[in-house]
Amino acid sequence: MSDVLEVRDLCLRFRGYSGMSEVLHGISLNVRAGERVALVGESGSGKSVTARIVLGLLQELPSARVEGGLFFEGEDLNRLSRRQWQALRGTSISMIFQDPTSSLNPVFTIGTQFAEVLRRRDPKLSREAADERAGTLLQSVSIHDHARVLSAYPFQLSGGMNQRVVIAMALANHPSLLIADEPGTALDVTVQAQTLKLMHELVERSGTAVLFISHNLGVVREFADRVFVIYRGRIVEQGPTRAIFEDPGHAYTRALMAAVPRITGGGLPELNDSESAFLDPMVVHEGGKA
Amino acid sequence: MSAVLRLLSRRLGISLIVLVGVSMLIFGIARVIPGDPARIALGPNATEEQVANLREALHLNDPVVVQYGYFVADLLQGDLGVSLFTNRPVTLDIAQFLPATLELVLFAGVLMVGIGLPLGMWSARYRGRWPDHLIRVVSLLGVSAPSFVWAVILMLLFAFFLPVFPIAGRITDSFEITRVTGFLLVDTLLARNGAAFADVLWHIFLPAFALAVSGIGQAARLTRANMVETYDRPYVEMAQAYGFSARRIAAKYAFKPSLIPSLTIIGLDFAAMLGNAFLVEAVFAWPGLSRYGVAVILRKDLNAIIGTVLIISATFLIVNLIVDLLIAFLNPRIRHSERGAS
Repeated sequence: MSDVLEVRDLCLRFRGYSGMSEVLHGISLNVRAGERVALVGESGSGKSVTARIVLGLLQELPSARVEGGLFFEGEDLNRLSRRQWQALRGTSISMIFQDPTSSLNPVFTIGTQFAEVLRRRDPKLSREAADERAGTLLQSVSIHDHARVLSAYPFQLSGGMNQRVVIAMALANHPSLLIADEPGTALDVTVQAQTLKLMHELVERSGTAVLFISHNLGVVREFADRVFVIYRGRIVEQGPTRAIFEDPGHAYTRALMAAVPRITGGGLPELNDSESAFLDPMVVHEGGKA
Repeated sequence: MSAVLRLLSRRLGISLIVLVGVSMLIFGIARVIPGDPARIALGPNATEEQVANLREALHLNDPVVVQYGYFVADLLQGDLGVSLFTNRPVTLDIAQFLPATLELVLFAGVLMVGIGLPLGMWSARYRGRWPDHLIRVVSLLGVSAPSFVWAVILMLLFAFFLPVFPIAGRITDSFEITRVTGFLLVDTLLARNGAAFADVLWHIFLPAFALAVSGIGQAARLTRANMVETYDRPYVEMAQAYGFSARRIAAKYAFKPSLIPSLTIIGLDFAAMLGNAFLVEAVFAWPGLSRYGVAVILRKDLNAIIGTVLIISATFLIVNLIVDLLIAFLNPRIRHSERGAS
């Protein structure tokens, strides 16, 4: 199956006061059409910067140096002009952020923001037509009083409601790749579960490929077809979800799994901050789409 | 809408209380300044008897509280008393001189907002790059000197060495304009006299700009600071991730949330220009309230002092009220809140 996204030997360096500091040391990953791929790791491991590099956002920082191959639907992203890359954002590639309420603009109504998103695909869309389309899209995320939601400001809606709105926006322009950066982490667990399930159903129905960034292994296990485990800017283990969960090969992956507190008790897991084994070479599980 | 109405009525009430307080304060202070207003008004050649009669007529022999009572009773009938300097009702004097000052200040306010906000927006959009550095230096320069210094500098540069603007006055004398509102920009338009309108614009630009320079700098710096903070917010990142153009983000999605905190300070700056206008008017021989105000203070013309100060305070409060309403209009959290929060 063809790759929607391929990242090849990606390096990221930041120019700081004490010279260059390398954040990503050459990571490679790929997402096939319609596939859900998780990028898992602790905070600071380089998950979120990877997402922002794919969108071309990080490259606009003067202090960032990005090297490595980036291919979207076979096209070399590095050879695109800024404008061409920008044209992909919000149309072919879209993104969901951690906290839905703070990722919506507080002083504009949902309707205004939704119309702006829809106009990325269809610049001449009238506001009435945009509201109508947005209404239909909100229906698909189980928001039925869409007229009220469209005229509301984000602070007037609950976190779960905003999350649904953000999911509807992300899928509004039929992207071929959706990047979800720890979606719903800021929400409480039940709402997070509901909205994730909703997102799962929608991307399955539309065949949208997802790059799912998370530190929550439980969610990843349910959601992803394949997993890449990232630790300190290196991929340490990769493979089909089931293979990794049944037989974690890398010390860090095992530590990550041990770190999940059990609901059945047994106290908080004991975990070293760092172990030399965490820097072992990458473990690759063979096998295609599970 | 009712939240806004509630806000409006509360602010009006507070403004009234402030005005009463200002009137008491200025009434007291004016009477503490040494010197006998009756003697100053009548001059050194007047007899003791004439002075005593005037003191009696002005109720100056009564206790201050009683005097204040007379003042309030007159004020409620719209009477601010007679100026000892011009021998005319103070209300008439103010009506004559206030429009020129207001016109100058309003025009300066338009310049402040019209130049300061876009500069700040531009600076924030190109933060860390050369347009930003340039604007920051220029706006710091603007804030660094008071407006009367700018008035002198600008007058020397653009009216004297390089005479592109007139050096003084509101309008070239050859134009005959019937005064309707006292605002010459409005009156020339009412008279459908395009040439006169252009002439008034030409006259007002330099003093208004001098008055606005530090406000422009302040507005630009404030807008930039608030916008740079807004640029770090997740909703701006989301706008970028959805490919909204940098220009649209700057002008709309990052600008509006940043405007709300800036606006209060810009409103205060705008109101402060009323005070600064006194000195700028002096430099440009602008026939406004300043010359009147300074003259009446030096002559201890009690009624005129109080009238002038009260009018300026009222204008200040009205400007603040307008700013509060603007903020309520821009900020949905206030507009939609049940209690009409501050």
